[in-house]
Amino acid sequence: MTTLPLTTSELHRGLTDGTLTSRAVTGAFLDRICAGDGRIRAFLQVAAETALEQADVIDAKRRAGARVGPLAGLPVAIKDVICERGVPCTCASKMLENFKPPYDAHVIERLRAADAVLIGRTNMDEFAMGSSSENSAYQITRNPWDETRSPGGSSSGSAAAVAAEMAPLSLGSDTGGSIRQPASFCGVVGLKPTYGRVSRYGLVAFASSLDQIGPFARDVTGAALLLQVIAGHDPRDSTSVDRPVPDYLAALEQPLAGLKIGIAAEHFAEGLDPEVERTVRAAIEVYRQLGATIKLIQLPHTKYAVATYYIIAPSEASSNLSRYDGIHYGHRTAQPGNLFELYARSRGEGFGAEVKRRIMIGTFALSAGYADKYYVKALKVRRLIRQDFDAAFADVDVIAGPVAPTPAFKIGELANDPLAMYLSDVYTLSANLAGIPGMSVPCGFSAGGLPIGMQLLAPPFAEERLLRAAKMYEGATDWKTKRSGAI
Amino acid sequence: MYNVIIGLEVHVQLQTRTKIFCACSTAFNPDQPNVQTCPVCLGLPGSLPVLNGTAMHLAIKTALALNCQIARFTKWDRKQYFYPDLPKGYQISQFDLPFSHDGWVDVEHEGQLRKIGIIRAHLEEDAGKNLHDESGRRRDSQVDLNRAGTPLVEIVSQPDLRSAAEARLFLEQMRQMLVYLGVSDCNMQEGSLRCDANVNLHVKKKETCGHVATPIVEIKNLNSFRYTEQAIEFEVQRQWDEFQKTGRTIHDAPKSTRGFDPDRGVTYLLREKEAAADYRYFPDPDLVPVIVDDAWLARIQSEMVELPTVKRQRFQTEFGLSDYDAGVIIDQGAEIADYFETVAKACGDGKQAANWVTQDVLRELKERQQTITEFALRADVLAALLDKISAKQLTLKSAREVFLDVLNVEERTEPVTIIEIEQVIAAKGLAIVQDTGAIDAAIAAVIEKNPKAVADFQAGKQAAVGALIGQVMKACKGADPAAVKDALIRKLSR
Repeated sequence: MTTLPLTTSELHRGLTDGTLTSRAVTGAFLDRICAGDGRIRAFLQVAAETALEQADVIDAKRRAGARVGPLAGLPVAIKDVICERGVPCTCASKMLENFKPPYDAHVIERLRAADAVLIGRTNMDEFAMGSSSENSAYQITRNPWDETRSPGGSSSGSAAAVAAEMAPLSLGSDTGGSIRQPASFCGVVGLKPTYGRVSRYGLVAFASSLDQIGPFARDVTGAALLLQVIAGHDPRDSTSVDRPVPDYLAALEQPLAGLKIGIAAEHFAEGLDPEVERTVRAAIEVYRQLGATIKLIQLPHTKYAVATYYIIAPSEASSNLSRYDGIHYGHRTAQPGNLFELYARSRGEGFGAEVKRRIMIGTFALSAGYADKYYVKALKVRRLIRQDFDAAFADVDVIAGPVAPTPAFKIGELANDPLAMYLSDVYTLSANLAGIPGMSVPCGFSAGGLPIGMQLLAPPFAEERLLRAAKMYEGATDWKTKRSGAI
Repeated sequence: MYNVIIGLEVHVQLQTRTKIFCACSTAFNPDQPNVQTCPVCLGLPGSLPVLNGTAMHLAIKTALALNCQIARFTKWDRKQYFYPDLPKGYQISQFDLPFSHDGWVDVEHEGQLRKIGIIRAHLEEDAGKNLHDESGRRRDSQVDLNRAGTPLVEIVSQPDLRSAAEARLFLEQMRQMLVYLGVSDCNMQEGSLRCDANVNLHVKKKETCGHVATPIVEIKNLNSFRYTEQAIEFEVQRQWDEFQKTGRTIHDAPKSTRGFDPDRGVTYLLREKEAAADYRYFPDPDLVPVIVDDAWLARIQSEMVELPTVKRQRFQTEFGLSDYDAGVIIDQGAEIADYFETVAKACGDGKQAANWVTQDVLRELKERQQTITEFALRADVLAALLDKISAKQLTLKSAREVFLDVLNVEERTEPVTIIEIEQVIAAKGLAIVQDTGAIDAAIAAVIEKNPKAVADFQAGKQAAVGALIGQVMKACKGADPAAVKDALIRKLSR
């Protein structure tokens, strides 16, 4: 099996200067998928044929001296929640088992234009609801660092694929931490952009005011490269912000002089695994050695984040998933009976338990007599959570802390305790509620060899600052050289 | 005995080219189902709505005509329910912050002008169409989503209407106004205007003051103004009969929904609502609110045309038209009303202009299957023709002859010119002879040749002058018969 160069930058350089062909690179990753995904189960579909076709087209372009896009023939894996024309988009649900979108998502159009190779579609928790892939209707993904453990979720396969080096880059989506948490569990870089930075057109909606598509990579440069391709205004998404996209790569290597890092007491309170706490604090110390100042900040409404999120997200989800009614597309029950039975049976058969749970929570929270008490109240608290960050960022440039309270848990450990599963999102949820960008950067390992990530948060549209701060830390450490060795 | 209380909910399809949240066509297309669709109006996974600004523009125009307050900040809400013609399982509508509210319309009924309040007007997307098997063979129902996503303005009136006839007038006036504004074609057959009526009675108490209200009934799916009137009339009688039998008041029964069967002329129960449906309204997180700023509002206001009711009044006061004639012209639409006005102002004779427009012009448009914009005779040219009648240069009969001649020119490429008209007049010698000398000479000759008729006339037989006039006219083609008659009588009476 081909030993691939370590970093995306090296692959990218090789492709750009012609020392590597896209076919060779794609072929090498496909070989690794073949060798290892039977165990890891990151992929729902591997697009071997079309990927090699795309690679050949790009190689031909390069040989002809034509301009090749910024991704230069690098393979990218896609979470099975983003629409690709003519390719099944299941969202890891029985409801959409045979659904083939007739259109490309905005980010897919951007990837194609950037000369990415779409190598396959990755496993996830059903309709992006979950933190472990155990809610997938098809398969459970394994953590490449310890195959008895979860890679996290809901972007489980996208994180695992990059960690196991089955793809150099992948796209996930993050509604409450679904990029950052699996990135932390899998020892890779994961970034959730500012709400509105990346178009949601073609992203199958879970919670419309919280969802964002973002990159996974093994290093900060890779994440910046992929973010550059997908960020930017799209008139087909009314919530997409018309704001110029900076050149994330240009200043990436330049450290931020006088960087002020905030740490919130609320992020280091009860429930945080002591090993995680030690590792993250040590990582923050590295910043101090690099000349940053560390400041204590307060995010007093953090304790309401879980409750706020678990009212708003299910409410929006209950509405967004109403379209799966068995009438127009998707699963329809074989024995319809009357109209009500058609609806009830199609949805009953098509949706898994967690999805049903959240639809019921959301329907309840929006129902007459309760909407004011729950949904409207949650919106108000959401505003307070945002205001906490606005106040904090007046004092500091980025906020650093843990991504998850523990390293990767064992498969099956939390599957029967939905509430415990929800509580594991406590550090990541607030960023979605506030609409601010956040990243997970590898910062160490537990004694048992499980990756631990550090979360960095920045103000809206400050991805450039976020990436540079992350690069500073990455450059001063060697975590990015660690390999899962799964394949 | 009782007062009739009626409130109307009118749904108007806006005349935009494309749907309210996507770029699909809004054209009425029942023959090819599901072709005017896209991921957005189909509600496919991952699709997102984007507001069509023209829909908001036309909606605001509508609200201004209804004298409504325009909300400077307005937003979208999801109205959630399951039905096969609603692909997303929710309708994008407006709940608590509609784009307009608190307006009124004046409705003229039996000589009285009454103010009918408008509670609100909001924008929403239309659903698709369910087609059920009418054959009774229990075949599948089918769904056509061509219509899904068409912009609708829902106008809700206060329950201020007091009779079925008044309700019908309200609808007809609303329709005329919306067509005038270019907001909708208001075609009830094609479903671009739909109406629901809420009806109940306030029964006067026998001994004391005040009244008792019967349960409110909503009559849905009314397909024409005539059916609306009939349905309300039937419903009023039905409620009165029911109240006398059962005495049930508004407190005893919830609002129920009935349909109207036009063949039997009756309303029938559709459903009894146990409780109001819970639509779980919440602000649509895929759309941003709309801010209506001063500049936009000013632009829309500058497009407001004079409303038909106002124009109708003005045609009577300014041009001396009868209410009937003004109505006939107004009913033809804004273009013909403008045509008439141009003619009337140019020739200075409103009544004559009205006669020509309502009789001659309309007749020709109908026969030639033309619109007024396609009509070969422009308003100013017609006015010039009518001028000649007023100036006694042309008789009415001759003018009509000229009118037809110029219109019947085959393969006309240019509109009729004044020169052309004068050429026809000259060629046919239709100009009224003004030369009194020639007329006098002709009169003298005719008197000489007709001694018997002259004697008859002078003996008191007034009618005898008719033959003499005829002969003078033959000799002096184009002479004004009235002038000839005067001159003859003067001469004979000496």
